[in-house]
Formats: sequence, structure tokens, C-alpha cells
Amino acid sequence: MLLNQFLLLAAVLFCIGVYGVLVRKNGMLVLMSVELILNAVNINLVAFGTLTDDVGGAVFALFTIAVAAAEVGIGLAIVLLMYRNRRSIDLSEADLLKG
Amino acid sequence: MFATLAAETVSKVTTVTNDAAWFLENAWIIPLLPAISFALILFFGKRMPYKGAEIGITAVSVSFILAILTGVAWLDHRDHFELEKYGEEQAIAVSDGAASASDTVAYAARFVAAEAGEGGAHPYVAVQSSTQWLQSGGIEFNAGIMVDGLSVMMLFVVTFISLLVHVYSTDYVGGDRRYTHFFAFLSLFTASMLFFVLSDNILQMIVGWELVGVCSFALIGHWWEEKPNSDAALKAFLTNRVGDVGLLVGMITLFFAAGGGKTFDTIKINEAVVQGGVSHTALVVAAACLTAAVMSKSGQFILHTWLPDAMAGPTPVSALIHAATMVVAGIYMVARLYPVFWEGMQIEGSSINLLATVGAITVVGAGLLAFVQDDIKKVLAYSTVSQLGYMAMALGVGAWTAAVFHLFTHAFFKANLFLGSGSVAHAVHSFDMKKDMGGMRRFMPKTYVTFVIGSLALAGVFPLAGFWSKDEILVNTGGWDLLGGSGAAPGSYTFHFVMGMIGAALTAAYMTRCVYLTFHGEYRGGHAAHDDHGHDHEEDAAHAHHGEPHESGPRILYPLYILSAFSILIGFVNLPPGFLAGSKKDPAGWQERFLHFVEPAGSSYFPAVGHATPSWSLAIVASLVAVAGAGFAYYYYFIRLDRLSKQLGESLVAIPNGLTTTNVFARAGHTLLVNKYYFDHLYTGIIAGFTKGPLARAANWINQNVIDGTVNKAGESAVQTGQLVYHKIDQAVVDGAVNLSGRVSDASGEELRAINSGKVQNYAALMFAGAAVLAGAFVILLTL
Repeated sequence: MLLNQFLLLAAVLFCIGVYGVLVRKNGMLVLMSVELILNAVNINLVAFGTLTDDVGGAVFALFTIAVAAAEVGIGLAIVLLMYRNRRSIDLSEADLLKG
Repeated sequence: MFATLAAETVSKVTTVTNDAAWFLENAWIIPLLPAISFALILFFGKRMPYKGAEIGITAVSVSFILAILTGVAWLDHRDHFELEKYGEEQAIAVSDGAASASDTVAYAARFVAAEAGEGGAHPYVAVQSSTQWLQSGGIEFNAGIMVDGLSVMMLFVVTFISLLVHVYSTDYVGGDRRYTHFFAFLSLFTASMLFFVLSDNILQMIVGWELVGVCSFALIGHWWEEKPNSDAALKAFLTNRVGDVGLLVGMITLFFAAGGGKTFDTIKINEAVVQGGVSHTALVVAAACLTAAVMSKSGQFILHTWLPDAMAGPTPVSALIHAATMVVAGIYMVARLYPVFWEGMQIEGSSINLLATVGAITVVGAGLLAFVQDDIKKVLAYSTVSQLGYMAMALGVGAWTAAVFHLFTHAFFKANLFLGSGSVAHAVHSFDMKKDMGGMRRFMPKTYVTFVIGSLALAGVFPLAGFWSKDEILVNTGGWDLLGGSGAAPGSYTFHFVMGMIGAALTAAYMTRCVYLTFHGEYRGGHAAHDDHGHDHEEDAAHAHHGEPHESGPRILYPLYILSAFSILIGFVNLPPGFLAGSKKDPAGWQERFLHFVEPAGSSYFPAVGHATPSWSLAIVASLVAVAGAGFAYYYYFIRLDRLSKQLGESLVAIPNGLTTTNVFARAGHTLLVNKYYFDHLYTGIIAGFTKGPLARAANWINQNVIDGTVNKAGESAVQTGQLVYHKIDQAVVDGAVNLSGRVSDASGEELRAINSGKVQNYAALMFAGAAVLAGAFVILLTL
């Protein structure tokens, strides 16, 4: 069973995603990085599901994809509105919460 | 609610007893009717065509009819009661009076029977119907009625007098601005007294007692705009409060002492006392405290002072208070709880006790006071005090039936006299006999005749009502026995007998004086303009401009006629043995009918009271004494004063003359009487004055120096301690800690605000860092 390979792939994807979320200034790329994180989790779910011969893992992954689609919809709308208001999607400039 | 209540009772009763007993067990309707009438008059009276009077009269009339029917039912019950008729379960309740009624079913009728064998074939059995009001801590609070001869007699007297007073009032207070209000309170007064006399437990008695007091307050102060009237109302109320303390203490003592303790039931308390199951000390305390209650309520010396002042109320109220309701409440209470006094004061075989002595002093003391009054109603008020003294004395010497019988007869002739005096006052707009009356017999011949009949009955002239009852009291003192007469009284109360004799002479004499001043001689009124005509200035305009007084209308006269007829005849209901013996079939005839029907002789809740044999010689001597008193007064007023007045051509009534001008002792006595033995001075001047003056100043000094000093000292040391605490602890320790924590958070906040960059990615980074740390910790914990 190639479980370790799947887990490694998922860990790599997760780390790339986290890096993208924390570092990239472009809102669009941050959203894409979030998708990477989610898909890393999906890989884990499917891998463990196959290992235990349980279809639940795959079903859970499908749910995650559906939720991710909705999340992307909201995320893109936020980015779009941000662009309209500021003519920029640079996250480093969006610091209105500064205390 | 009352409909279902009544229906329930009816079904219960008809299964148990015969039809006549329905009235006995449903006597609670009698007080209920005037109580409803009170509410109706208060809310709807002013809209009625006769301003609410018709509601009151209707209610009291129905109550009166019911009272008569109850009385008839009682006569039947008394003569035909047989235990066997009432079935097994009733017999159980009967045989064990001390046990609670077989179960606590509402409206169970409980019959308390006599000891078998006593009192002939038909024992004296009270009918008690009660329902549980509430239960708390194992104590039952019942609400119920107790019907026996005494309460039936009171029902009749109260409703009868009240009805006549209601009719009389429609004329007497006609046009008054609080006419409706007046009738409402007459109804409540009647209801309260009926409630009181029917109550089967001491708790209910206290309630009725206080209700009567409240009603008298409201009615005495009916014309409260004038200060003397509201003062009199307050005085009546407050003086009664003094006695009420005695009532409460006495009743509480009985509650704890009697029948194993913790019962309010009158019959159970009485039974326990009769059976000797109550400590003598408790009975002495209870009897003494209840005597104090009687002293205030029934106007005995030394708490009688409110009663003459209560004349400030309208005359019909005075008649009601004095004849049927308020003042007889005290006498009734003693009669109801008689075993307590009988055992507590050891009446039998004794020659002196508190109750009898208070009564005896009151008889003479008040009789003397009646001599110096100018106000006709005050003469009658002191007369009432004196007659109540007779009743208290009779109860004190063991003459239960005589006392209750005197209460009964007194109600009729005293109501007669009060309403008669009201009739005169209505005509002359004053109560002052010396200034505004005199010669009234020419103007008011009908009132004159009724007033004289009432006076003769009060004076105890054969064969009017007062003669029989007063004679019975005197013979039962047992004093005549010791002085060589015949008779076998419960005790040997010689002192009280003598006081009673003096009282008889005084009564006859002061009534003669009163009749002379009011009805004989020359008319002295009419000289003054009608600007100071006492209380009765509410009369209609028709009265305001007449020159001479004239006879009152039918609504005043007819009650007087009826009461006069009763004053003459009512004494015949209790003729002593030897008068009017009946046929062979009914040998008792008219003899001692009242005693037979009213006195609970032989019943389980009444002591074995002895009865003196009536004495011919005493009756004759007592009559002679009364006639002598009347004759002396007659000589002084009718002959001597009349002659002198004619010689001088002016009335001597209003100026001092006779003994008081020539004899220093007589003058001193007169002054003493005019000042009412200085009791009012004692109460308002000395007791109240001492309280307001020296006592208040002493209290003030103690307050300023001792109490305030202590308080100030405490205050100063408290301030010093406070300063210390403030500087050392509050400022240094507490504030220091608070400031320190403030500074710490300030500094740390300053440091930490750098993190709060506003950049979402920074927050996300922190979140991931946190998650990573937690995950690390989690892994470590799991592997441990």
C-alpha cells in the first residue's frame, strides 16, 4: 500500500498551501493556496478511506469539494469587491483592522 | 358560590334532621344578609330611589324573620331533642364531644349533648355547624356557627332593635349628606354583631368583636366635621383598644390552656374547663384579662369614659350601640365563656371577685354620674353603664340567667328611651335638658307616654320588664339570704347586693329627674336662634322656622310604641316560680321559660350553676327602695322646685340651688360628679400629660445625654477607625494593588499592540503558529 506516498504528497501540498496563504500578497493567489490546503486534506481522506476499505472517506471528500466551491464563490466575490473599491487586490494594503 | 354552599348544606341537613332544624343549622344566613346589604348600599345605594335605606331595611327585615324562625326552631329543638333520632354516627359524635367531628366533611352538623340523664328527657343540646377554613401546623381553623338559647336570644334582640332603628333613622337622619353611608354602616354594624353572637370559636369572636368596634367608630364619628365628634369616635376606638389587649391575651391563654391545648372551639374550651382539665392559674389569668376586655367594651369602671362621649353619634346609633350591639358584646362574651369565669374566679361559694366587684362599683358610680348630666342622652348613657354594671355583677355573682335576662329586657326599654330622647331632640334641636327642654309633655304627648313607660321599666317598677330581671339579679347575689331573707344563691355577695340596692334607688331617682327636666315644668327652649342646636342640624327646612316643638312623625313614633309594648310585657317571659302557674298538663306555665330555653343548664359546656329561690320579701323591699329613690327625686323636682319656680317666676332648673348651695360636702360631691370622678383628667391630664410632659422630657434627656452620647462615641471611634483604614489599608494596599494591575496591563498592552497589524495574513500566521503549537503539545501528550 502506498499510503506513505499519499501522505507525503498531501503534506507537501499542505505546506505549499500554507506558505501561499501566509506569504503571497495577491488575494487571488491566497484563495488558490486555500484550495491547495483543502485538496491536501481531501487526499488524506481518500487515502485513509481506501486503506480501511471504507467509502465514507471518499464521500467526505466530495462534501469538502462542494463546500470549497461555495467558499471560493464567496472568496472571489470579496476579491472582486476589493478590486472595485481599491483598484488593487494587494492584501498588504488591506490593514483597516490595525489596532 | 353561596348557592352551591347552601344547596350542599340543605341536602346534608335534610338527611340528618327534621325540617325545623334547617333554620338552626343555616343561621349563618342571618348575618350574611346585612353584610351583603352593606356592600350593596355602598356601591349602589346612592342610585336607589330611597338612597339605599330600602336595601338595609329589606335585609334586616328578612334577617329578623329568619331570626324568629330560628327561635321557633330552637324552642322545638329544646323541648323535643332526642338522641336516638339522630342515628348512629351522630350519636358517636354526641357521646364524645371532645373528639373532633367524625370526619372533616364540610358542613357536618355536630351536636354537643348533655350528660345523659341530666336535664330531663330532652337534654339541652347546642347545634354547631362548621366548616374548615384552613389547617396549619396541625391546628384547625374553623368557621362556623353555634346555635343555642343564648345566641338565638341575641339574634332576636339584635335584628329586632336593628330593624326598628333602621325605620326610625329614615326619618331621623333624613336629608343628611351621608344618609346612604349611614345606612351602609348600620347594616355592617348589625352584621358584625350577628356574626359575633353566632361564632362557634374564639377566633371568630375576636373578629366580630373588632368589627363591632370599627363600626361604632364609623358611626360615632358620623358627623366628623365637628372636632368633638371625631374626638369621641377616636376615644371610643382607642379606649376599646386597651381592653382588646386583655381580650387577646385572655383568648390566647385559653387557646393554649384548654382541652389539651390548641383549640379555638368555644364548646371544646368550655367542656375542658367544666371537666376540670385546665390549670387554675391559666383560668385566673384568662378570666382577669377577659374582664379587662369587658371593662372597655361594656363600659365598666374604669374604662367606661368612652361611652358617654359616644353620644356624639346620631341618636339611632346610640340606641343600637346601647341596646343591642356594641356594649352587650362584653356581657355576651362572658356569658359564652362562662365556665372560664365560673372556675377562674371561683364564683360559687365565694363572696367577692373581680368581675362582680367591677360591676357593683359601676352600678353605683355611673348611677351617681347620671344625676349631674344636663344632656339627656348622657343621662341615658350613664344609665346604660350602670345597667351593664348590673349585668357584669350578675355574671360575677353566678346569676347567669339573671344577667342574660337583664340584657334581654334592658335592650327593649333602653332602645325605647334612646329613641324617645331622639324624638324630643329632633323637635327642639338640642339635647340639653336644662336649656332647651322642659314641659315637652304638652308638645309631644305620645313621646312622653312612651318615655315614661321606658323609665318605669328601667326603674324596675312592677310589673314592667326591668322589675323581673333586676329582682332576679338581686336575689341571686345571695346578699338577701345573709340579711335574713330566703333563697339559695350560688354565693354570698353581700357587698354586691347592697350596691345593687343602692343602684336600684339611684336608677329610679335619676330617671325621675330626667323625666321632670325634659317633660315637666315650663318650656325653656325656643329662646335662642337655631344656630347652636347640637348635632341635629341636618334637618330639612320645614323644621328650621317653627316656633314651637311638635310631635314626631310616624316613622319615629311607631318604633317607640312597639318598644314600649315590649318594655311592659317582655318581663313575663321569665316569671319566677309562684307567678302564673300553668295548667295541669303544663305545670310550668309562664314560669322560668327564659331560663328553660336559654340557660344551657346540664349541657356539657356549662357549669352547674345554682339558682336562688325568688323571695317575696326581697321583691317588695327592692320595689320600696326604688320607689323611695323616685319619691325623693319627685319631691325635690316635681314639688319643691316647681313651687319655688312659681314663687320666683323664673326657672330654677338652670341655676344652682338646694343642697349644693348650702352644704360644703354636697357641693364637693357635686363637683366630683360633674368632673366625672376626674377619670378624664386622669387619662388625658395625668397619664397622657405625664407622658407628654415630664416623661417625655426625661426620655428626651436620656435620649440626648445617654443614648446620643453612646451613639456619638461610637460614631467618633468609627470615624477614627475609618481614617486609619482609609490611609493605611485602602490607599496603600488596595489602591496599590489596583494601580499595579492597571500599570501592568497598560505596559503589556503597549507591547502587544504591535502584533495587531491589521493584516489578515499576520493573523493567519499567528493562528497557524498556535495550531502548530497545540498540535505539537497534542502529539507529545499522546506519546507520553
